[in-house]
Amino acid sequence: MSAPTSPAATESSAARVRRRLSGRAASIAAIVIAVVWTLPTFGLFVSSFRPEQEIKTTGWWTFFTDPSLTLANYRDVLFGTASQGQLASYFVNSFVITLPSTVFVVALAALAAYALAWMNFPGRDWIFLGVFALQIVPLQMSLVPLLSFFSEGVSIGGVQVLPAWELEGAFQFTTVWVAHTIFGLPLGVFLLHNFIAQLPRSLFEAARVDGAGHGVIFRRVVTPLIVPALMSLAIFQFLWVWNDLLVALIFAGGGVETAPLTVRLAEMAGTRGNEWQRLTAGAFVSMIVPLLVFFSLQRYFVRGLLAGSVKG
Amino acid sequence: MGFSLLEELPKILWLVIGVAGFAAVIGLLLLLVDRGPKTRRDWWQAVCFLGPALLLLLLGLVYPAIRTTALSFFDRSGDSLVGLDNYVWMFTQPEILTVLRNTLLWVLFAPFLATATGLLYAILVDRSRFESVAKSLMFMPMAISFVGASIIWRFVYAVRPAESDQIGLLNQIVVWFGGEPQQWLLNQPLNTLLLIVVLIWVQAGFAMVVLSAAIKAIPAEIIEAARLDGTTPWQLFRHITLPSVWPTVTVVLITISVQTLKVFDIVRTMTGGQFDTSVIANEMYNQAFRYGELGQGSALAVFLFVLVIPLVLVQMRTNRRAREQR
Repeated sequence: MSAPTSPAATESSAARVRRRLSGRAASIAAIVIAVVWTLPTFGLFVSSFRPEQEIKTTGWWTFFTDPSLTLANYRDVLFGTASQGQLASYFVNSFVITLPSTVFVVALAALAAYALAWMNFPGRDWIFLGVFALQIVPLQMSLVPLLSFFSEGVSIGGVQVLPAWELEGAFQFTTVWVAHTIFGLPLGVFLLHNFIAQLPRSLFEAARVDGAGHGVIFRRVVTPLIVPALMSLAIFQFLWVWNDLLVALIFAGGGVETAPLTVRLAEMAGTRGNEWQRLTAGAFVSMIVPLLVFFSLQRYFVRGLLAGSVKG
Repeated sequence: MGFSLLEELPKILWLVIGVAGFAAVIGLLLLLVDRGPKTRRDWWQAVCFLGPALLLLLLGLVYPAIRTTALSFFDRSGDSLVGLDNYVWMFTQPEILTVLRNTLLWVLFAPFLATATGLLYAILVDRSRFESVAKSLMFMPMAISFVGASIIWRFVYAVRPAESDQIGLLNQIVVWFGGEPQQWLLNQPLNTLLLIVVLIWVQAGFAMVVLSAAIKAIPAEIIEAARLDGTTPWQLFRHITLPSVWPTVTVVLITISVQTLKVFDIVRTMTGGQFDTSVIANEMYNQAFRYGELGQGSALAVFLFVLVIPLVLVQMRTNRRAREQR
């Protein structure tokens, strides 16, 4: 800042040069990382628009010297025959699975979090602790019994207490909704409890003086105030369910009637691993919705991450 | 046999009915909560609000977890008690030992490298002109499914015979440097490491975002003072940045470790667990749902749970300490 008159100042100008050099090295390092992180997706994206013959015989980087574009891959993989992917149907399935699973978790978690934060009943703290602890139980611990619960019902000592859910056609989605709702609840309750418990007590007292019960307070006072938290949770649950493979594999089966995009793509990667014209376009069909959600609502997503919402 | 909207109609219809029915139930609960009996009112209200969630958790998580633990001591169909046989099988069967070794490799490499990359990148782009764009680039894979990410990387690892053009980026780079194209996904243990790269690619963005927030929380005066003292960037990192964000680094490391232990989709999509790349979660799925070995599958699930517990305990302690410091 000051005129270079003292030896200390020459030293600091040397330091400045060094800093500028290291600044350049830092920029290069940052660019290298950014390229490594972006290039694989970019390569797949470019390939998805190249004709089948070219994807299979030349690298996607040759596209820039010899460009040829086609939408045939997307047309075939979305609307073609069953062996080409038929992804449009699976796309519908993904939606039908994801929307209710998100709505159910957000609503039930909000009610439960409100009860745990602002209602007085015996055992409240223990129940909260229990729900909190459930976050650490891996999905794998409940898959086998939950599946038999749906397929065989519950019997205690040979007596059938609950019947099997013999669902067919579109009704089969119900088991996937229930499974995803169950697996999303511990994190949802925990996350929303953090927000709801921080609301000022005076708010509730004022509402109660006006004669409002819990139902009204929840609807008119609490819900509007926790919209950002609800958004965060909704985005997380949406992305989680849309991107999930394991739960869908077990509870939705593999058919075109109920299986989501992830199940179909994983299957195509396994059985038709070299049909790159389908895999590239298919991968982007499955990515477009989460990417849109993510980029339009990134703010809420980041806020949710920082509040500790990473599901187990 | 293409796409016909008519065939999709039942799905949409059931979606609408499902959501509408659910909304009706919630509306009913909101009405009932304040119209309960005069005695035991607090119980009634708690049942209305907490009941549905609690019932689902008890039926869908608590009871199944107990049942799985019990099943792990039974034979394949869950009929006769076999004691610790399933656990002995797990630790003696050569294939399962490979599975355990692979899981160990995953936990050793993925969390550390993802966190280190995320931290480095967060520091490099901090306060730069393109910070938000640069962050989005690394963050984007977080939105993609593991299945999508696996297809992206399978394409990078794709191989063609040496005499023809390569279509996979990695092999093309090898060829440019005068090497022979490799069957990357067939040779162990390199193939497991290449699968780990996919998880690092996805999780580094998470580490970067959380650590970047921690870096921004360091008071500007401290950094300014250090700059005036002529500290080098390395000294700044070593003595100021790293100690300040250390609690966050631990949390990130543990969170990614827990995710890593449960990794399933990547292995399943990339190799299907073949060529000695299987991990616990994949093997659990195979045993329980493909071979019908309920006992062995359950034992693997229980082992996974046991591995997660200490990590979570450490995390809870770090969280508490961080809160006390605030």
